[in-house]
Amino acid sequence: MIAIIDYGVGNLFSLKSSFAAIGKEAVVTSDPDVISKSDRIILPGVGAFEDAAKKLRDSGMADVVKREAALGKPVMGICLGMQLLLDKSYEYGEHEGLGLIHGNVKPISDVIDKDLKIPHIGWNRLIIKKQSPLFKYLSDGDCVYFVHSYYAADCDDVTATAEYSAELTASIESGNVYGCQFHPEKSGTVGLNILKAFCEIL
Amino acid sequence: MITKRIIPCLDVKNGRVVKGVNFEGLSDVASPVELAEYYSSCGADELVFYDITASAEGRALFTDILTETARRVFIPLTVGGGINTVADFDRVLKCGADKVSVNSGAIRNPQLVYEAAKIYGDQCVVLSADIKRVDGVFRVFSKGGRENTGMEAISWIKSCVDNGAGEIVVNSIDTDGVKQGFDIEMLKAVSDAVNVPVIASGGAGKIEDFLTLFKALPKVDAGLAASIFHFGEVKIADLKAEMAKAGIPTRL
Repeated sequence: MIAIIDYGVGNLFSLKSSFAAIGKEAVVTSDPDVISKSDRIILPGVGAFEDAAKKLRDSGMADVVKREAALGKPVMGICLGMQLLLDKSYEYGEHEGLGLIHGNVKPISDVIDKDLKIPHIGWNRLIIKKQSPLFKYLSDGDCVYFVHSYYAADCDDVTATAEYSAELTASIESGNVYGCQFHPEKSGTVGLNILKAFCEIL
Repeated sequence: MITKRIIPCLDVKNGRVVKGVNFEGLSDVASPVELAEYYSSCGADELVFYDITASAEGRALFTDILTETARRVFIPLTVGGGINTVADFDRVLKCGADKVSVNSGAIRNPQLVYEAAKIYGDQCVVLSADIKRVDGVFRVFSKGGRENTGMEAISWIKSCVDNGAGEIVVNSIDTDGVKQGFDIEMLKAVSDAVNVPVIASGGAGKIEDFLTLFKALPKVDAGLAASIFHFGEVKIADLKAEMAKAGIPTRL
């Protein structure tokens, strides 16, 4: 069973449905017992980093996710959930993340051409940097759906990027902790296959 | 590089697709859920559901089919039609919509874009504008293109972007239904004026019209159409193959 962490941000309907579509049971939960009994954990997130990080801590979910990750359970952060895995964010100030993967969250405006639109929104091609179990079913040229204005910077654990004048971090991985900047639950068959691959990590 | 999006638009009334469709292999051609699945499998990059229902019962049917679609289709879903308040945003977002498109609702209450963007984020708010030339000036029309608001279109769109509209659908009344191509002049005026994604709507009749659009206006992000997809005059898979062949960034 997959635990989708509920800490009061975002709509988790599509995420839950996408696991159902690949025949996996997923529950949206903030119950530490349910989470500790789960096989793997999804950390979702939309909106602003500071608010989400606060809700994650205040709900006690930050400690639960860190504890489960330390026990070796596969954890996957999606979009803002991925950014929360990192050390620190510079979105409107400076805010602490979970520090499960080393790196910082910085505005894409730091690195992209000035005339490009922000957010980076739409379907973009994944450029594989390191092999990852998440890419088990991926084919060359596959596109995924992005919506974001900040990205994972200063990170040595980048597994894929997407080109938007600069190469923006698309996915990260350190040990049993995984993160996707894009939305696998909105990326058609390619996205469902990434979730499927996550479910098959031993 | 971001790929150019192809977006079919489904008009839904009382939970059923209107303007009949004609596809082989669909058991129920008026089922929005089946059509959405079909388009998703053909390579549509996003879907727009436009609710043209007037009654409360029709609204409830609409949210039911939206929920069912979001359960089965895993590409971005945009919902429009009858969006007048933040509560309307809430209603459709809870059913699995990713973006909400406002048109007349924003004209009646220009604060709507600002309020919704503050709560749900700019990326969630799509401004849809029906535009027509009147004495050589682009004017915004309301009520499905029937009523001239008198507002100049480019300044209206700019003010909505300033208020937080994260995407603009430009529907040219002048080219809509004519099937002689998108309104390049109007789309150029809009895409030169704003720095958010612009979606072209109105006028596509054949594959070449999309190629012309994306080549003439690299700043336009997407092409939206309804009947030419529904009637199979343009097949999305063929269209995307031709776009890729023409060197336009395309998700295949």
